[in-house]
Amino acid sequence: MSGFFKSSIGRKVAMALSAFFLMIFLLQHFAINLLSVFSGDIFNEVSHFMGTNWLIQFVMQPVLIFGVVFHFIMGFILEIKNKKAKGVAYAKNNGAANSTWVSRNMIYSGLVILAFILLHFIDFWFPEINTKYIQGDWSGVHEGVEGYRYFHELQEKFVNPARVAAYIVAFVFLALHLLHGFTSAFQSMGATAGRKKTLQNIGKAYSIIIPAGFIIIALYHHFNHIH
Amino acid sequence: MALDSKVPKGPLKDKWTDYKNHINLVNPANKRHIDVIVVGTGLAGGSAAATLAELGYNVKAFCYQDSPRRAHSIAAQGGINAAKNYQGDGDSTYRLFYDTVKGGDYRSREANVYRLAEVSANIIDQCVAQGVPFARDYGGLLDNRSFGGVLVSRTFYAKGQTGQQLLLGAYSAMNRQIARGKITMYNRHEMLDVVKIDGKARGIIARNLVTGEIERHSAHAVVIASGGYGNVYFLSTNAMGSNATAAWKIHKKGAYFANPCYTQIHPTCIPRSGDYQSKLTLMSESLRNDGRIWVPKNMEDVLAIREGRKKPTDLSEDERDYYLERRYPAFGNLVPRDVASRAAKERCDAGYGVNSTGEAVYLDFASAIERYGKEQAKIQNIENPSAQKIYDLGKSVVEAKYGNLFQMYEKIVDEDPYKTPMMIYPATHYTMGGIWVDYNLMTTVDGLYCIGEANFSDHGANRLGASALMQGLADGYFVLPYTIGDYLANDIRTGKIPTDTPEFDEAEKSVKDMIDFFINNKGQHSVDYYHKKLGKIMWDKCGMSRNEQGLKEAMAEIKALREDFWKNVKVPGNANEMNPELEKAARVADFLELGELFAKDALNRNESCGGHFREESVELDGEQKGEAKRNDKEYAYVAAWEYKGEPADAVLHKEELEFKDIELKQRSYK
Amino acid sequence: MNLTLKIWRQKDSNAKGQMVDYKVTDISEHMSFLEMMDVLNEQLINAGEEPVAFDHDCREGICGMCSMYINGEAHGPDRGVTTCQLHMRMFKDGDTITIEPFRAAAFPVIKDLVVDRTAFDRIQHAGGYISVNTSGNTQDANAIPISKHAADEAMDAATCIGCGACVATCKNSSAMLFVGAKVSQYALLPQGQVEAADRVRNMVAQMDLEGFGNCTNTGACEIECPKGISLDNIARMNRELMKAQF
Repeated sequence: MSGFFKSSIGRKVAMALSAFFLMIFLLQHFAINLLSVFSGDIFNEVSHFMGTNWLIQFVMQPVLIFGVVFHFIMGFILEIKNKKAKGVAYAKNNGAANSTWVSRNMIYSGLVILAFILLHFIDFWFPEINTKYIQGDWSGVHEGVEGYRYFHELQEKFVNPARVAAYIVAFVFLALHLLHGFTSAFQSMGATAGRKKTLQNIGKAYSIIIPAGFIIIALYHHFNHIH
Repeated sequence: MALDSKVPKGPLKDKWTDYKNHINLVNPANKRHIDVIVVGTGLAGGSAAATLAELGYNVKAFCYQDSPRRAHSIAAQGGINAAKNYQGDGDSTYRLFYDTVKGGDYRSREANVYRLAEVSANIIDQCVAQGVPFARDYGGLLDNRSFGGVLVSRTFYAKGQTGQQLLLGAYSAMNRQIARGKITMYNRHEMLDVVKIDGKARGIIARNLVTGEIERHSAHAVVIASGGYGNVYFLSTNAMGSNATAAWKIHKKGAYFANPCYTQIHPTCIPRSGDYQSKLTLMSESLRNDGRIWVPKNMEDVLAIREGRKKPTDLSEDERDYYLERRYPAFGNLVPRDVASRAAKERCDAGYGVNSTGEAVYLDFASAIERYGKEQAKIQNIENPSAQKIYDLGKSVVEAKYGNLFQMYEKIVDEDPYKTPMMIYPATHYTMGGIWVDYNLMTTVDGLYCIGEANFSDHGANRLGASALMQGLADGYFVLPYTIGDYLANDIRTGKIPTDTPEFDEAEKSVKDMIDFFINNKGQHSVDYYHKKLGKIMWDKCGMSRNEQGLKEAMAEIKALREDFWKNVKVPGNANEMNPELEKAARVADFLELGELFAKDALNRNESCGGHFREESVELDGEQKGEAKRNDKEYAYVAAWEYKGEPADAVLHKEELEFKDIELKQRSYK
Repeated sequence: MNLTLKIWRQKDSNAKGQMVDYKVTDISEHMSFLEMMDVLNEQLINAGEEPVAFDHDCREGICGMCSMYINGEAHGPDRGVTTCQLHMRMFKDGDTITIEPFRAAAFPVIKDLVVDRTAFDRIQHAGGYISVNTSGNTQDANAIPISKHAADEAMDAATCIGCGACVATCKNSSAMLFVGAKVSQYALLPQGQVEAADRVRNMVAQMDLEGFGNCTNTGACEIECPKGISLDNIARMNRELMKAQF
């Protein structure tokens, strides 16, 4: 089995498995974010649960981090290997004749997403870690804020139009990444020919609805913040 | 030397079994110490190499292509015959044997053909076990189609790519042995001479086509499976690299060359479009099942079509001459290949050719489309279907049957054959002649074998469709591996053959001298210049119909051309590198000799049989007036030529053909 | 028509190559692409220059020998054809055509446009066969019925001509369409299933060893494949390899 993951196809499968995991995570993240549009209170409750539940904090969170890091590092490794496999580049190459731009440039859409994740970490994750693990404050409340602090923090982040713009750009690239990545992951896992059309349709829907949803949520909070 | 065919005694149907029961065998421990060289990796060479390696011999296999999988057997489209009688339509070993001998116009060796028919069924079992995806019916059993010249359905096929699938099967068997280390594969290598020691074939000289290095390879026996010599015509359906060099070199070292004049000109090829043409493309014979062949009746229409003033579809039925249906009402468009080809040539020579070169006739599917369309309308219960509906229904039937061929035609000619009739013209396709071999497939040189299209044995003067693949695989899988053991049984104590002997020195020197000559000659004309000239002589004077005067002229012209070639040929580049022009030069040099022997053989054979049509030998009256006339009294023999320097000086040896189980009849398709 | 050709010239595998410009005139639109190359070579020979070396053989699209990257596409701009079946009517008078060898680290250039594709053969040696003796003493061909659907699908996979256009086209120089087609052909037939697990493991291991890249499912290979080999064969190979782990 360890030999399997060293093979080219094993690596593809590993990429696909981490992608599945990340896509499920994305769906979950989106669902919680969506709550913030309907009710700040429910959003706060769920956020506090996610932020303090030991299973999520000490099991799921490390797995998620591993998944993200693995997907990126494996992506880079494969990209480098693949470049090497080509050897000499063509003087003239008409890639558009036989494949989509997104399928050929997953590394670039991936890099944009990576940059966004860094921004996201600076915005949310580092402060969370700081509050919980360095300052040891697991209360979920903040001075001067009524109830839990999460909804308040969320809205505050979307005040700045530059951040919203960056957010939108990142999610457009995520959509592009998913437009190829979704079906590609299934293909790597050996999806049968009969399911191809269905998977393509689900893939398209997922790749457009989820990132578009994130963008709409961001815009909603930008235009509707209470402060 | 008298020719001994070594056909075993006894009744025809028991010969092969008896033979196998009594030959010498080599014990498995000794096979390890015996080397065999196989030149060529098509169906015959590939299957032979794999089987010999599997038996335990050390095989060295050579091909000029970059992989054994690319040998030209791959281009065979239609299918492979086998007397399986799966269709229950009365087929049997005897029937396949009979059809093959009759189709070959009674110019093949009975015992060999019977053996071929006998092992044919095994081929199909073998190939299926190897994973060859033959076409199947809905019940999961193998499907068959029928082919020209026979009355049963015995042809197995894999779409229009049967040759490809069979070759990949043989290639996979080779791969298994290469992986086991029993075959050493030499890709991009060309055999340039055979080495004889004490009268026995003991090795070859080969050129590494990548580095230009001249290599010596020794073995206890040498098998030539290098295919036919159709490229002597320059334009043929053969691959660009298909050549006669291996066969011709062994001929020069003592292997007799049999019946060089027996060439198959295939009637349905895409016509030449201009002087730049480099090769011709075959359209499967199966098209004649549904296509009707015609030219315009009136010369005005011919000219109008050539000048683009009229389209073929503008001509009414009355204005068309369906000449095959007119001349051969019984068989119509399904007359054998040689008859169909000559009839096309006759019309075009009379000036009725329909394209700009004047060498094309129409193959029309309009009536098949209409017939199938009406049939489908009936099946689908469509009342009073419109003409368009009938056309659409019929088109889809034709598409299902011949779609890939129609697409190929459209890619090459840029015309839609569903809408306008195809243009076709005959082209050289297969050579029945080749190195003379006995029942063991051994040539007149000890330890030197020749199999597949390269030998002369099984097809007589004309080959039936779907029989080439059968012969190649029969020779390689089932015949040679037995017969070669009988010879090698005497070699178990010989030990490795050294390559540092005077015989190898001498053979290598002659090869190097030839290469040096080409590189240093710095003449005026390219190799292709000579090849094209040779091709024109061959086509004009040794083509579909031949006569004494033309053949004499051909011999003289080829000789003159050859002399000019050796003075004025120009080969760029160097000897010690990849040099495609040098490869071509060596091949064309051999074609320039073979072509002359070809003409000499055709001149000698003053009868019309199979693919060989002598204008002097035709029926003079009666229903068959003007048709080919065979002369069994004087020519029921194999003409085996012994090399004596100049091709014109070759000495004829006759192997009389005996027909004990078949009555000789004149073919009639009226 | 008159054309400018930009052609990769390289003396041998060790030499450094470069693009060289040539002009050809009076090219007929009915010529095949290789016939146009013949015209160029005849012109070069007559001018005392070295002709361009390129692989070709059957010139009817089945042997898989021809291998050029023409104007940025394997076998040129037409679909479902090899270079030998590509016709000059696809081009216009005055066009500049860029002609390069198939590029992949696993396909080193031998000379000019000729590349070494024996890596494909070595992958086949690793398992591209069914281990059955060629004695003919096997069971009757109709002993195991095979559904028409499976036989047809196996045939579709088996039509691969091993030209390497998939590798040349793939931005990663992946050979998975080629290997997938062979694995699929045997996996679909009962005769091939006996050693399916070993076959796929060994062939994939050899493919990796040869230095082919990794498939990222761009689908370019399927589009450029002259025989229309489907991407589904890669998915099937992935499945087969996963199955082989258990």
